[in-house]
Amino acid sequence: MVTMAKKLTSMQRFWHNGLPVAVVLFAVLVIWYVAAWGLNAPGAIERVLDEEAGYTQLELFEATMNMERPLMPAPHQVVVDFYESLTEWPVDSPRNLLFHVAVTGESTLLGFAMGTVLGLVLSILIVHSRTLDRALMPWIVASQTVPVLAIAPIVLVILGSLGFSGTAPKAVIAMYLCFFPVTVAMVAGLRSPQKIEMEMMHTYAANRWQALWMLRMPAALPFLFPALRVGVSAGLVGAMVAELPTGAVAGLGARLLTGSYYGQTVQIWSALVMSALLGLFLTGVVALVERLVLRNRGAV
Amino acid sequence: MSVLLDGSSPLFWPLILALAVVAGFSIQRTARLDGSRWVGMLTAGLFGLWVVFFWEVLVRALDISRVLLPAPSLVLASLQDHAPKLWGDFVQTVLKAVLIGWAMGCGLGFAVAVAIDRMPFLQRGLLPVASLTSAVPLVAVAPIAVMWFGFEWPSKAAVVVLMTFFPMLVSTLAGLKAAGKLERELMYSYAASYTRTLVALRLPSALPYIFNALKVNATLALIGAIVAEFFGSPTMGLGFRISTESAKMNMPLVWGAIVVAAVTGSVAYALLVALERRAAFWHPSVREGK
Repeated sequence: MVTMAKKLTSMQRFWHNGLPVAVVLFAVLVIWYVAAWGLNAPGAIERVLDEEAGYTQLELFEATMNMERPLMPAPHQVVVDFYESLTEWPVDSPRNLLFHVAVTGESTLLGFAMGTVLGLVLSILIVHSRTLDRALMPWIVASQTVPVLAIAPIVLVILGSLGFSGTAPKAVIAMYLCFFPVTVAMVAGLRSPQKIEMEMMHTYAANRWQALWMLRMPAALPFLFPALRVGVSAGLVGAMVAELPTGAVAGLGARLLTGSYYGQTVQIWSALVMSALLGLFLTGVVALVERLVLRNRGAV
Repeated sequence: MSVLLDGSSPLFWPLILALAVVAGFSIQRTARLDGSRWVGMLTAGLFGLWVVFFWEVLVRALDISRVLLPAPSLVLASLQDHAPKLWGDFVQTVLKAVLIGWAMGCGLGFAVAVAIDRMPFLQRGLLPVASLTSAVPLVAVAPIAVMWFGFEWPSKAAVVVLMTFFPMLVSTLAGLKAAGKLERELMYSYAASYTRTLVALRLPSALPYIFNALKVNATLALIGAIVAEFFGSPTMGLGFRISTESAKMNMPLVWGAIVVAAVTGSVAYALLVALERRAAFWHPSVREGK
């Protein structure tokens, strides 16, 4: 009986939360189709249909749904292109989206790892040194209000003239986008233990490192993970933007740019869908790690 | 003074080392000062000045190529020389794309949040989708926006609208729930109508959330407009300037454009903080800051 009741509530919860989301997503799909119809109609009349012979509304509708280079591709066109790029080409072909995902994902993850380490080190230094705290912290906080992504072309030029190319410059850009949120959150997190807890560590004759490992670090974890989620999606944006000026060879950002050069709208949209999926996947993984790490704390 | 600009002089490195010690010492001393917020900011200001000083001296003395890292004085000179150009970029990017897009995106997010305030079904449907968009690189719609709205500022504004809409929607919905139960029951006991409660209680108590979204969106809007210009723009705009001039290796001007963008971001943030202090002066978070 107990399990029955539990099952029922989880079913109810599904209807309570899942149904509205499904309705909203369905509405988005319907709007998308209507928009595709409306936006493509002038082009379809001009390019596909024979105006003098006349055409029925149904023919017009069909034409708008299956255009070669539509102003707005219909959802099924994107799905087909997406699926074909994954199945009809080998994984190492630039026509396969997974190839671009690997390129972008590599620089994102590398930058994310470097940014997280840098943020951790810097926040530990800041928490332990009043001088650094006073001198650096205002700048780090202020940098949150500045569009730091704008520096990306400069980083590419500097690293390029120093002989770095390929993944490294992109990872550096992803790194500095990741490191700001991590630093700010970790400084707050490492300071979150109460005075009474710090004093207890003191009475145990714990040194700074022990206090850091046993008290400050665990206390800071709930602050760290939200920052990591922000950081990984910021890093993805950084990696994609970094691909733009480098001749747009490979990666999701490059795919978007070549798509817009050649007017391949369906290609742009499937790259867009893929980058959204990659972003959701990366933050999902971070959220999963968060749940695993914090599951015994009752906080999540 | 001339020794400072001559990297080959035997006195150069000892002098730099001595200056570095002076710099470290002075920063440490000011950091120990106690006092108001301004004294606290003094250390950061001093640190910034020393960084600029060493940047200038080292770049000049070691003859680092201006492509790699232009001296601050060069950046300043280029800011001055190209002031009309950069002003045009500022008008194009900030006053047109960012400001209009930001106002429309925030306004739309706010309006939708208030509109669905009485529809829990839609809220439960929209909120998860809206929160998920924070993980999605929304700037990537820029090429599509350029295709639909052309190279001029409306396409950038469209990207900005999309990027700012969801944070505002999520924050406003959270803010509308922030009013305490006690206060809401008081309004109820006054027989206040839904609209009256909304205007007199729930919107004011949502203000800190709304301002938070406004501040986050200000930065997002700048990023969105600048990055969207990387995908295609008329021959002006901060993003256009940054991408074309860095391709031409004219780094002083690129740094100049970045200075303009950075100052814009900080000033916008400061203005919003000042506005928040006036609008939500009664809120604990604002009173504490005073």
